[in-house]
Amino acid sequence: MILNWIKSLTQSRAFHPSWIVLAVLSIFGVAGVMALPALYEASNAAPPAALTPKMAAEMQTHKRPNFSPPQANTIPSGEFGDAVLLGRNIFKNTQVYAKSFVGNGLNCVNCHLDDGRKADSAPLWGAYVKYPAYREKNHKVNTYEERLAGCFRFSMNGTAPAADSKEMIALIAYSFWLAQGAPTGVDLAGRGYPKLESAALMPDAERGAAVFAANCVICHGAAGQGTKINGKYVFPPLWGKDSFNAGAGMANVSTAAAFIRANMPLGQGGTLVQQAAWDVAQYLNGHDRPPDPRLK
Amino acid sequence: MLQNTRRLFGAALLLGAAMPSLAYADAQAGEALAKHGAKAVPPCMQCHGANGEGQASTGFPRLAGQNKDYLVKQLQNFKGRRSNPIMQTFAQALSAKQISDVAAYYASLPGRPAGKQVWLTTPTTPVAPPSRGQLLAQQGDWDKGIPACFACHGEKGAGIAPSFPALAGQNATYTNKQLTDWRSGARTNDPQGLMKDVAQKLSPDEIAAVSAYLQNLP
Repeated sequence: MILNWIKSLTQSRAFHPSWIVLAVLSIFGVAGVMALPALYEASNAAPPAALTPKMAAEMQTHKRPNFSPPQANTIPSGEFGDAVLLGRNIFKNTQVYAKSFVGNGLNCVNCHLDDGRKADSAPLWGAYVKYPAYREKNHKVNTYEERLAGCFRFSMNGTAPAADSKEMIALIAYSFWLAQGAPTGVDLAGRGYPKLESAALMPDAERGAAVFAANCVICHGAAGQGTKINGKYVFPPLWGKDSFNAGAGMANVSTAAAFIRANMPLGQGGTLVQQAAWDVAQYLNGHDRPPDPRLK
Repeated sequence: MLQNTRRLFGAALLLGAAMPSLAYADAQAGEALAKHGAKAVPPCMQCHGANGEGQASTGFPRLAGQNKDYLVKQLQNFKGRRSNPIMQTFAQALSAKQISDVAAYYASLPGRPAGKQVWLTTPTTPVAPPSRGQLLAQQGDWDKGIPACFACHGEKGAGIAPSFPALAGQNATYTNKQLTDWRSGARTNDPQGLMKDVAQKLSPDEIAAVSAYLQNLP
């Protein structure tokens, strides 16, 4: 029956036997392409398609992929590059470029070392790819711009520039530029400050004072007042009216301890034992600082 | 009681007024020592230059404009903790007062021109990629855990008293030798081992590059 049908087709001019071969081959082809991802998943624990093979490999070993931000001398020219550069300038010299939005003596780079590039120092590229996100701090989903506004309100004890201001656009542009090539929604290695193990001993300000005297006074001063040259802080104040306010992340002992342990003293990050970091964080956050603006 | 308070207040005022001139007297005594030497101590200027500018060819460091506390500490350390066959002999012959005087003198001399910081008001794109030396001085290399020199030694390497000496304009021979000595452990009088930890992360090539950059700083 079928043979007869084929025979009748082959006798008509509209058909040639090689079409059957082509059809069979293409069916195998489509099936093969459809089956590939499944085969890949089975053998390779499914890296998301957006990741490069290098990142995928890193995710298998570290869980959190490494990322290297670009160097400043590769900022492009043109309008966008200008916005990135302004963002970098604001970040490095907040006291100059965003003066009217700052209520203390700090600059963004005081807590985000290497112009917001350094891993384990709350780098901008680590944060940028994780927003929008829900935050316990204000019980809502925050955009990245709202997250930056939080820095101005608490860490800088000031008032955030408006969402459409050149300052805010520049900071977002700089963050976006630093994060180029990073996968979104992924916890990159080096994001935030690396959490410490919980303190073996209750963090103690008295022990912390000794840690402070031995390691911190050389730059931050005996009274945590920082060091000023020509009216400008060259080493930041750690408490008092010119420091971050009580609502800032750094006012949490655990956050300060994590930052200190990973990054302080400058150039000697990771050298303090964890307990010393807990103790000195307890010591510095036991001092007066501007109040939390939410409680005013 | 009131009179006593007044007297005390008057004395304090007098003392306050005398302070700057006392410091001036120190620097004057220091100048005499720098130019004419003292018992068992030749004039500093013989090696460190007529105006404390140092000697690039031999690596004798620039002293002019260096912060006083740093100079005092080094001279004290040359009595034992910092090894240098030439300076050790002289430092041991100097009294605490002489050390303080001569340090005050060199601190009072003009250093390199302060190099007024010009902030970009209109952002412009950097033209050429910075040299390795410039990058290390201005940015450091955090992939290797190296902070920028200027993070502690001040903008343009002008120094931050009392602990962080000026680097700008220091001759490269001297800076290179110091970094190399911290790296090898030959020099150990840096506070908290801060310089040791930085120098050990620098390669000899990087030490040469950053020393050359600092020497040529405007």
